[in-house]
Amino acid sequence: MKKSMKKLLSLGLAIAMAASLTACGSGKASEGTTAAGTETKGEAQTTAAGGAATGEGTIKIGGIGPISGSTAIYGQAVKNGAELAVNEINANGGINGAKIEFNFQDDENDTEKSVNAYNTLKDWGMQLLVGTVTSAPCIAVGAESSNDNMFQLTPSGSAVDCTKFENQFRVCFSDPNQGAASAQYIGENKLATKVAVIYDSSDVYSSGIHDKFISEAANQGIEIASDEAFTADNNTNFSVQLQKAQDSGAELVFLPIYYSQAALILAQAKQMGYAPAFFGCDGLDGLLTVENFDTKLAENVMLLTPFAADAKDDLTQKFVTSFKEKYKETPNQFAADAYDAVYAIKAAAEKSGVTADMDASAICDKLKAAMTEISINGLTGENMKWSADGEPDKAPKAVKIVNGVYTAM
Amino acid sequence: MMSFISYFINGLSLGSVYAIIALGYTMVYGIAKMLNFAHGDVIMIGGYVVFTVVSTMGLGPVAGILLAVILCTVLGVVIEGVAYRPLRMASPLAVLITAIGVSYLLQNIALLVFGSNPKSFTSVVTVPALKLADGKLTISGETIVTIISCVIIMIGLTTFIKKTRAGQAMLAVSEDKGAAQLMGINVDGTIALTFAIGSALAAIAGALLCSAYPTLTPYTGSMPGIKAFVAAVFGGIGSIPGALIGGLLLGVIENLSKAYISSQLSDAIVFAVLIVVLLVKPTGILGKKISEKV
Repeated sequence: MKKSMKKLLSLGLAIAMAASLTACGSGKASEGTTAAGTETKGEAQTTAAGGAATGEGTIKIGGIGPISGSTAIYGQAVKNGAELAVNEINANGGINGAKIEFNFQDDENDTEKSVNAYNTLKDWGMQLLVGTVTSAPCIAVGAESSNDNMFQLTPSGSAVDCTKFENQFRVCFSDPNQGAASAQYIGENKLATKVAVIYDSSDVYSSGIHDKFISEAANQGIEIASDEAFTADNNTNFSVQLQKAQDSGAELVFLPIYYSQAALILAQAKQMGYAPAFFGCDGLDGLLTVENFDTKLAENVMLLTPFAADAKDDLTQKFVTSFKEKYKETPNQFAADAYDAVYAIKAAAEKSGVTADMDASAICDKLKAAMTEISINGLTGENMKWSADGEPDKAPKAVKIVNGVYTAM
Repeated sequence: MMSFISYFINGLSLGSVYAIIALGYTMVYGIAKMLNFAHGDVIMIGGYVVFTVVSTMGLGPVAGILLAVILCTVLGVVIEGVAYRPLRMASPLAVLITAIGVSYLLQNIALLVFGSNPKSFTSVVTVPALKLADGKLTISGETIVTIISCVIIMIGLTTFIKKTRAGQAMLAVSEDKGAAQLMGINVDGTIALTFAIGSALAAIAGALLCSAYPTLTPYTGSMPGIKAFVAAVFGGIGSIPGALIGGLLLGVIENLSKAYISSQLSDAIVFAVLIVVLLVKPTGILGKKISEKV
């Protein structure tokens, strides 16, 4: 009996260690050890676009992103933003006369579920893809879509490899570009000379921005006073990283991470009485919508985002008004990225004469060429152009959170 | 030097949470000889109860913690009665698998009820931060309360086991279940009581964990649960002072290796230390020697 107890104990330990190891390997599954077991809410969510979008004469656009899980805010925003654009286009006569049918699938920011969602959409008859929303799933789906020669435009997948293949384009900046743009922004606006960085080394998005930021900081005369990482398995206790930042005398803490961890960092910085300036990238977008989050903690946090809902131009105003009317919330940059993505597809499709009866591969060949020829005035930038490697060309913008709302800087 | 003290104290605070959770593992193991892997998720449920009572219903933190303690106690007893008691005579492996199943069940229930979006937890601690050495060293209220609670719980529990009849019954059951039953001790009742105490502690650990690291998701309990299990084994599973020592050591090692070696490798270092300890002392730091019977 005693012996079996000992065996049991060692078995239990083995399980515990194995579980923690798998959690290390799972990368972006920021939920830790038990990212499995959440297979719900995957049902199709077809938008009956414009009311009469069935049968002949419709172009089927698929969308993939997390509408549940810890990054649900992004997926939900993309879904809504794309839907809004699709409805507008359908109301104004569609693309070359063809209506758009839009179907958005949940992937919970999980690579496996994302590929499943892609296959579901293919069965549904998808002709081109707006997605996926987050980087790691986007890379996984890219391997499939390039095989199928399916045109893929991600609104917000910012990792370098999200546009690895010829069929992939993006609306947002890539991670390295965000890192470089952040360093330039901080340097040019003289926000700080001593900067501390806290990033997630187990996440491709975060480490991508981090690496480029560090190399660009030297050119901008910014001193990296402390450079600390955390991993997906150890992402609740930031006391050490913050303490090091404080000891190093950094005036600004750069957070190239997602909002759920950023909310914790802000709270813990306050607990320890540390109040530097905080600067982040588009991953911080969503910070203000964390349930029960004290928005006072986010006061004066700056973030690099191509979209500010309070901007005064007509396009933004119109978008914000109709978005608020339909979804009862203020759109964030993900919604804007998705909106621009759908309009970029429209522009490219019209330029190259895409019609509803073409198959996915033929559409892809036409759009690939047309994307490099168009220039659109979107919510996230004027005169956006694309290069053949899928990268957008537009100017970076930053916002500051003042009194709980984004304010253009 | 100031930063070393700060790292150390934060490590103690983290370790105190591990220690309180580890108590649940170690008591259940000591008495029922089973690994209750659902323990980490009871912590998460406790966190959600406090969150609902304090942030959604707007009652005070004391009411929140009390309600969480009551609900988690009931939950612990129900889990034991429904999932583990029927398996008392089954192989230890069956019980272990059942415990993992219960763990997933709790996570998925939380996922259904509360959704998977992270919630920002309002701290239940109102103690102000302590500023020492001209403000160079700040110890947060959460840290102070966590460490003090851990010490109080530890003293209370040791006294309970040494001085009360129920505590003595627990000791007897942990020594020899069969003999205890022959002496007229209600074994099932004693095991249920153990689960009740362990789960009540889990509720307190949940409130403290979420106050110090204010985020709440259905997976909040799983990683601290695993770490606390390691702490229990580290200190010698089955031993209450062992859980305290294991928890505190684990927290301090984790924080110091983060600070002085690598913030990315801290988990690897923690587990490496565990392997070394188990190689040298297979039953943990304070573990009883297990004499092999042939």
